Amino acid sequence: MPDEIHHTGSRTTRLLGAAVVVGLVVLVVLGWFVAPEDDEQQDAVRMIFVHVPSALFTYVAFTVTAIGSVMWLLRRSIWWDTVAAAAAEIGVLFCALTLFTGSVWGRPTWNTYWDWGDVRLVTTLVLLLMMVGYLSVRSLGGAESATATRAAIVGVLAAAIIPIVNRSVEWWENNTLHQKSSLTDGNLEDMTLFTIVLGLVVWGLFFVWSVIHRFRIAWLERELRLTDLDQALRDRRAEGEDT
Amino acid sequence: MSIIRLHAAVALIGRFPALAGVDLEVGEGEVVLLQGPNGAGKSTLLRLCAGLMTLESGEGQVLGHDLTDERPAIRRSVGLLGHDTALYDDLSVRENLDFWARASRVDPEAVGPAMERMGIVDRLESVHVGLLSAGQRRRVALAAVVVRRPRLWLLDEPHAGLDPGGRDLVDRLVGDASAAGATVLLSSHEVDRTLDLATRRITVAGGTITGDAVDVG
Amino acid sequence: MLGDIRLVAAKDLRIEWRSRVTVSQVLPFALLVLVLFGFALDANRPVLDAATSGLYWITVLFVGLMSVQRSTAIETTDGARRALLLAGIEPAAVFLGKALAVAVQLLFVELVLIGGVIVLFDASVESVPLLLCTCLVATVGISAAGTLLGALVAGVRARETVLPILLLPILAPVLIGATRAFDDALGTVAVDGWAWLGLLAGFGAINIVLGALAYGVLLEET
Repeated sequence: MPDEIHHTGSRTTRLLGAAVVVGLVVLVVLGWFVAPEDDEQQDAVRMIFVHVPSALFTYVAFTVTAIGSVMWLLRRSIWWDTVAAAAAEIGVLFCALTLFTGSVWGRPTWNTYWDWGDVRLVTTLVLLLMMVGYLSVRSLGGAESATATRAAIVGVLAAAIIPIVNRSVEWWENNTLHQKSSLTDGNLEDMTLFTIVLGLVVWGLFFVWSVIHRFRIAWLERELRLTDLDQALRDRRAEGEDT
Repeated sequence: MSIIRLHAAVALIGRFPALAGVDLEVGEGEVVLLQGPNGAGKSTLLRLCAGLMTLESGEGQVLGHDLTDERPAIRRSVGLLGHDTALYDDLSVRENLDFWARASRVDPEAVGPAMERMGIVDRLESVHVGLLSAGQRRRVALAAVVVRRPRLWLLDEPHAGLDPGGRDLVDRLVGDASAAGATVLLSSHEVDRTLDLATRRITVAGGTITGDAVDVG
Repeated sequence: MLGDIRLVAAKDLRIEWRSRVTVSQVLPFALLVLVLFGFALDANRPVLDAATSGLYWITVLFVGLMSVQRSTAIETTDGARRALLLAGIEPAAVFLGKALAVAVQLLFVELVLIGGVIVLFDASVESVPLLLCTCLVATVGISAAGTLLGALVAGVRARETVLPILLLPILAPVLIGATRAFDDALGTVAVDGWAWLGLLAGFGAINIVLGALAYGVLLEET
């Protein structure tokens, strides 16, 4: 039994966590009550405060996983491999949230849960499938370096193919339900714009907080495996002494 | 010159420490017998020396090449007979040996003589490996090693599954290899017969070396 | 290098020829899938016509999956992967040789399936060159990606179930692109099929390069 209980929290994460909680409260207040309704979409537009940030950070997570994969393959950095794995897990959650909020938003607004013509939506769905594949490979078990190598190759392959997926869906259907980027329109009310930016910041902090915690759990698991290995080595040598 | 030099070598299979700290030095021309109970790590040790495994910790050199950085160079000069035969069932004996010869950059002309040495009669040449008995398959696998003319022979229970004629063949093979200056590491449970061949007997247990005796028999 | 590629491809194709799996199992399966699609949609003739390209390529994807499984299984029986590593043959050559063998088998089935859709779905071919080029280019991508991922999951217990999860999302662009190109070639939709071939070629090129680079690491470590 370990002598101490390891916490994955630290001053940094406690600060981050507090900021996230405060930010979320403010976001809810602003998003739900203060920001104005959209003329056409009414309350459904409030989904944007969740949907847009989670979409952005899905791709941030995916990029981190891709970078981590390359760093493992080139430099054998187990730190980067662990980061890649943590980012992938959090990324899958954000991705599912993106698709879910997008779907819920789409129903009252455009009367459909899903649109195959929506390039970003379809690409994000394929991305979800690829990330699930990445996580399946990680769960296959075996030697640590073999798992890392397998996963890294999947990560790099996914990163190389996703742009092609995006391009092919774009060519496939030229129309899209997706809103043109409202942020660059300049047509947004100040309050809405502010709330969106706040949402991005809050979700960003939440993302970092989650990845740090997930990383630390994985790192502790690894240290546990190394201690297990020491014990296993001792047990193994003892086998020899008995004979 | 040291053909094999291992220091505190630890090798894992998955998470299991098959080798838990091996110190070993084998010189050129030695014929070393590996003994020990099942699961002791003999097969893993042979595979490690063949350059097919990564060291978890410790260090080692085989044939002057480092076990961590220069494994491809090691593999070029070793011959390994494992428990599995690496033969394709749907190809004939000749086709299998041709393939493995070419893959190893060996002139396919060498296949004929190798088959003769292993007592693989002509009529077996075109038989699909899947139809052969286990003993016959072992002979073919040995022929694939012979064809490579390795400097270091790593044989994992070469006598197992062979009839008395086949076992004599293995002994002759080992003798010839040793006479030609190659180094041989073989594991065997057939203590009586292999003691005559060996210049040294090493006992492996619990992933480490627990006994080392020279000039037995 | 080229010699090694030919060596490995010839070995795989010879094994395939001896065991006749493609002809006796995979091909009937593929035709059966077409028939099932026909049953499912036949009542609705226009739908069947519009869906022909897509149904064809879905079938091809499943056939590709099976071919890749077989190709990988050849090496995992009896320690052949280890022996390939020991032999010192260039891993990239093993990759390209195996991918080539899969591609040849896949192309064979695809050609028969074209006959299948012409007969069963009453498809009419407007552009034979486009049809054949699409098959060729798409097949390169499918074989390369499949061979790489097959090697990735080799030696793992749950191989059969994991490979589709990995391979099919990666092949999404092929399904989209090849279907569109076929739509043009069969005259069912007004699109520029040749433009899609460019995308398919890019996909194929990426997978060939990544596969050639990654195969060695996979052989060495897993």
